[in-house]
Amino acid sequence: MYGYSGKILHIDLNERKHWVEEKPEKWYKLYIGGVSMASRLCWENIEVGCDPYGPGNPICFANGIFSGTPVPVGGKYGLASKSPLTGFIGDSLSGSWFSVALKRARWDGVVIHGQSPNWIYIVIDDERVEFLPADKLLGLGTYETEEKIREIFGDDQLRSATIGPAGENMVRFANVTNDGRQAGRTGHGAVWASKKLKAVSVRGTYGVTVADPETLLKMSFDITEVAQGPYTEKYRLYGTSTNVLNANKHGFLPTRNFQEGTFEFAELVSGEYLDEHHKVKVIACAQCPIACEQMSIVKYGPYAGSMSGVEYESLQAVSSNCGISDMAAAIRMVEIADSCGMDTMSMGVSVSFAMECYEKGVLAKEDFKCKKYPEGFEANFGNGEAGVTLAEMIRDVEGIGALLAEGTRIASETLDKERNAETYKWSMNIKGLECPGYDARSLKTFAMGLAVGVRGGCHNRSAAYDPDIQGETNRFTVDETRGEVAARAEEYAAVYDTLPLCKFIRRCFTGKADRAGAWPSIAKLINATTGWNYDYDDVELIGVRAHTIKKAFNIREGWQPKDDDIPYRWKHEPMTKGVGAGHVVTDEELEYMKQLYYQAKGWTEDGMLPKQLLIDLGMEDVAEEVGV
Amino acid sequence: MVASTSKYKYIVCDPELCIGCQLCEYICSYTKTGEFNSYRSRIRTVRVDEVLITAVACRTCENAPCVIACPRDALSQDQETGIIRIDPTKCDGCAWCIEACEFGAITINHQTKLAEFCNQCEDIEEGPQCVLICPKDALEYTTPDQRAQRTRRKLIESSLGFPQKAKDPR
Repeated sequence: MYGYSGKILHIDLNERKHWVEEKPEKWYKLYIGGVSMASRLCWENIEVGCDPYGPGNPICFANGIFSGTPVPVGGKYGLASKSPLTGFIGDSLSGSWFSVALKRARWDGVVIHGQSPNWIYIVIDDERVEFLPADKLLGLGTYETEEKIREIFGDDQLRSATIGPAGENMVRFANVTNDGRQAGRTGHGAVWASKKLKAVSVRGTYGVTVADPETLLKMSFDITEVAQGPYTEKYRLYGTSTNVLNANKHGFLPTRNFQEGTFEFAELVSGEYLDEHHKVKVIACAQCPIACEQMSIVKYGPYAGSMSGVEYESLQAVSSNCGISDMAAAIRMVEIADSCGMDTMSMGVSVSFAMECYEKGVLAKEDFKCKKYPEGFEANFGNGEAGVTLAEMIRDVEGIGALLAEGTRIASETLDKERNAETYKWSMNIKGLECPGYDARSLKTFAMGLAVGVRGGCHNRSAAYDPDIQGETNRFTVDETRGEVAARAEEYAAVYDTLPLCKFIRRCFTGKADRAGAWPSIAKLINATTGWNYDYDDVELIGVRAHTIKKAFNIREGWQPKDDDIPYRWKHEPMTKGVGAGHVVTDEELEYMKQLYYQAKGWTEDGMLPKQLLIDLGMEDVAEEVGV
Repeated sequence: MVASTSKYKYIVCDPELCIGCQLCEYICSYTKTGEFNSYRSRIRTVRVDEVLITAVACRTCENAPCVIACPRDALSQDQETGIIRIDPTKCDGCAWCIEACEFGAITINHQTKLAEFCNQCEDIEEGPQCVLICPKDALEYTTPDQRAQRTRRKLIESSLGFPQKAKDPR
């Protein structure tokens, strides 16, 4: 078998032992890799109904099919556990060398079971597995941890996925970092901390071979060359943060905790501003010829020396969404999140939630007491130092930070109970996962796409913002096409998340990003790697299965149709400014679109999976457990 | 920084342009071994922190210190090209050449235990494969003289701001 080793590594933290599971080629053909295979491993290995922080919740890595080959942007892996934020599937992707090392160590996936009594880290050295005490690593930031482990082993090519101090402190949206990239969302860092697992390090020394290297190289060369042209220009020159001004123009830039969709200081927190005043260098993930990460530094002022790679989602969450127009504070907040291992998006929305609580009188100055400000501070929107301090307090679970570190859903429920408040009206999460940087009141297809999203408020998995923004659908209204549009958008995204290939390459195959433009080339790449005979329809099914296994996971964990919902604000409080002014998504509209969506997916009226549909996808064992 | 004394061609990386993607390592290891494996690449990327990134391959030094250091006379330098050649019957992987190299451009093959050097893909007509694949043109196959010439041209273009002639005078 080319492209795979056929082996999954299982590690038990209680018994400190490991074993190998061999998987047949048929299994790989169904689940491929990335989020799909990781979710499938989670489906197979979880104790159903377990506490996300308990020993029954496994950590599941699944490598990418193209990792370790020169296929551009193919160096990625998927990570899945039950999410402590949502209670449903937590599936994330991260790029770079960790996945390549794992491939060269000849593991298609790694499943970590149980809980360790003491802090440890695991070293996977080709086929050897070692459990080592992590005492010397505790308290270190994500990058420092990686460097420290490299220093201990004396090998620059040893790659680690780690958690930072925020993870150690069980911040519910803590994440896992490797090589400066993050498996960012759904709180993997907290799951790792519950197992007292500080890092997983991998050294792989075997070469990677593919079925048809000549074809693979030729295609890789061609795509690499195209990727230097106009199709990726936006990512190469400014990175994703160039979206700030676009989002502002189109009136969906989250502003002051999603109260408005336009920000009067958008210019000051734009990718263009970042480029002019802060950019140091662009860097890339493993085997990526695009290089979108814009490393940016603060040159003077109280945050001088702060440096981070600033992406659109991070940037909007900590700047416009908190009303903050000070780019230096934004860079510092992203740096705190990245170096301490937490999700910038959930952190930004938690900070903005606290700011709105302050402005609405639910929280007062003395609620913000901390070591840095013993008297508390004014946590108003726009206060950059308040944003930075709140990020630090969340990291250290200090004072009000301890509540905010639970995410907006728990924080809001707690405040409403303890203070008889109505903070649920501005608690911006979906299934417990904080909303991404698109105000969906005036992106109605996307609003429904988010509502039905299997991992909660995530733009990457839904992807239905694209038709709304591109004008393929009327973003301000609903009609009978929306179910189909949202269903196909998320399946399209799932193909990329499963291979995984970074979506930024999507136009570089033929110039067109749609299925007809990309699937034939992707099928060729798969065939050259594995020696299979995949075609357009097989590629399409990759996405359908990826999404279906996650949905099945959620149903088994107790999903109900009422979980497919959007925040109160998007249903009841229209914006007053910008092109999106006056719009909300009513309960009726949402319900109507959800029904259309369930139909388009071929599911039942209450969103359950029909047995036959699962059997047709080759998922008989899943059909038996959750099919109706 | 240590400067190469080479009069020969070598592969050089511009750290300003290098993004650290390691595609050079993939293509190098494939060209030499038929497998993709950074551990077998003769050009190596190095990342000191998030932004300090470059790639290093043999600099074909004149009077190459590695050749001088080898206690078994296993190494020799091609007088035409400067490429370091290794006699596998003599090399025993003692790694003195690695210690002598100012650039960290030599590695020991884990399997054969022999030292490995960049040979500039001399047997391939198109030349060094890493230079071909580098997506950012950070790698260049050049000599110190050519680098100096280019730097001088750049200097005059950037600092002396005379009015520019139209590109095509016809």
